[in-house]
Amino acid sequence: MTIKYSIKTAANGLRTNKSRAALTILGIVIGITSIILVMSVGQGATNLILSQIQGLGSKTIAILPGRSPSGPSDVAQLFSDSLKEKDLELIKRKENVPTLDKIMPVVFGSETASYGSETYRLTIFGATELMSTILNAVPQTGIFFIEDDVRGKSDVIVIGSTVKEKLFGTSDAIGERIKIKGKNFRVIGIFPKKGQVSFFNFDEMAVMPYTTAQDFILGIKYFNRLIAIAASDATVDRTVSDLTITLRNSHNITDPAKDDFSIQTPKDIANTLGTITSVLTILLTSIAAISLLVGGIGIMNIMLVSVTERTREIGLRKAVGATGSDIMKQFLIESVMLTGIGGIIGIILGAVFSFLISIAISNYLEVNWLFTFPYSAAALGISVAAGIGLVFGIYPARKASLKSPIEALRYE
Amino acid sequence: MALIEVKDIKKSYTTDEVTTPVLCGLSFKINTGEFVAIMGPSGSGKSTLLHILGFLDRPSTGTYHFDDKSMDEHSDIELAHVRNKKMGFVFQSFNLLPRTSVLDNVKLPLLYSSTKEAHWQELAEKAIESVRLTHRIHHESSQLSGGEKQRVAIARALVLSPSVIFADEPTGNLDSKSGGLIMEIITRLNNEEGHTIVLITHETYTAENAGRIITLKDGLIESDKPVATRRSASHFAK
Repeated sequence: MTIKYSIKTAANGLRTNKSRAALTILGIVIGITSIILVMSVGQGATNLILSQIQGLGSKTIAILPGRSPSGPSDVAQLFSDSLKEKDLELIKRKENVPTLDKIMPVVFGSETASYGSETYRLTIFGATELMSTILNAVPQTGIFFIEDDVRGKSDVIVIGSTVKEKLFGTSDAIGERIKIKGKNFRVIGIFPKKGQVSFFNFDEMAVMPYTTAQDFILGIKYFNRLIAIAASDATVDRTVSDLTITLRNSHNITDPAKDDFSIQTPKDIANTLGTITSVLTILLTSIAAISLLVGGIGIMNIMLVSVTERTREIGLRKAVGATGSDIMKQFLIESVMLTGIGGIIGIILGAVFSFLISIAISNYLEVNWLFTFPYSAAALGISVAAGIGLVFGIYPARKASLKSPIEALRYE
Repeated sequence: MALIEVKDIKKSYTTDEVTTPVLCGLSFKINTGEFVAIMGPSGSGKSTLLHILGFLDRPSTGTYHFDDKSMDEHSDIELAHVRNKKMGFVFQSFNLLPRTSVLDNVKLPLLYSSTKEAHWQELAEKAIESVRLTHRIHHESSQLSGGEKQRVAIARALVLSPSVIFADEPTGNLDSKSGGLIMEIITRLNNEEGHTIVLITHETYTAENAGRIITLKDGLIESDKPVATRRSASHFAK
């Protein structure tokens, strides 16, 4: 029998039992849909994270206090006060880190601010005047504070758009004073609405000189972060190693395993987050694969029923000249077609759902989430679906091919 | 020339370690162009014999030569090819494919043959024409009457011009009028087109259309004699 007629015969077999075929492939459809969905959303998340990191700038280096945990029993927050003013001064010296362009200490905390009867819990972000260039934080109205404000611990504050709305509504905020921890701060600038940028939500933030934040609000003498900018992309690695040496000297550390700080480049962060998203994607994909397995067993079950139901047909085909392999081919093609159709429907549904999800995420989270159609996942999905049809179709098809024509014709 | 030659064939079935003999040593020849009826009461082994003659089953012992070639020389796949090319089957319960047109039902043996696809349509139409069903060619098998279904089955058996047609109680499920028409067609195939026919029946009046009647009883040949006055199918009556 030619392959063309094998396919035609199989298609006829499916057509005569449309609703049963549809229910049978449901498991495959759901499995493939989930796989496409997980892989597409995973790809989108990875892209989003990468774009957020790139927003930081490739020359940006973050210095974090504390030892990076070496295991589950390790305390991550060990030495969280290890970065001090002294370190900042040492790093600023040209002979220590010659390729350094800029360095900015950062402190942060959460506090309640009030204006009149309005209160709002905001993120206090203490930095230097460099913040407006490093993080591209330029006020829409008013001005950013200057070096003198940092040195003089001025009580000035630049607020995000949400903070402005919550405390002042539509009235003018520039020049007004808001109260945080009993101290008045003069609003000198308001950031434009920009949503989530590079892990910070500027809209809910209030920025002031770090010296002011340390003394009057947080009551600390250390930094939560040091943000360094290398002179160029090519000098990032050199800068990182110079920073490491400088800090080790400052902290009298000889054993690198005992570092009480860690240094991250955008590349490191991308790698770490990339690993996390891949692990999650693999995990979710394997869960989806279970539904494919269940779907495959369903296919086998229905094909067995079909073989029994069509015992007479098999007998007749054999009587008029079909060989065992003709019969086997017919039933195998039928099950592969069944799962293949399931796979195609799954890919279409998966693509549609991930597209809808990308729109929903972009709109509700106000991030730039791009829909990506996972071509590799689609190719994988269709081959897995067809493979399932083949694997789970073999047993029923073989059973059909072994039927004796007389037994089959006698079957009532 | 003998188309079919069986020598001392025996067949027994074993179920649950109990062996039931069905055929207990039969020998006969059927020549090309003969019309032979095999008769006998239920359980006499006539269907089993037909299955063996039709290459659907193998005898337990004994030899069977079809077209001068022993059945033992054929593999199962070759048996399928011989069935396809040289044998046609007509069953009591028609065995048409449901939800399939008359044309496609008749084409079924062609799917498994080496005949070029270009000739399929012509061959199928010719076979349908010879059972006078051209007006029903595109109807689905379920839309046909019992007699028409059996005519489709005959057309299907004819489509590859086999050397022999095996008919297993072809009128068993039909009323006398439809049955008469079926016997008329079968007789005509033998008389006019020279097809060898092996017909199984338990009805004497059906068997008397044939030129020779082999009667089985308890797995043995009780009698094997020519029909003195052949019944003409047009006088067929129940």
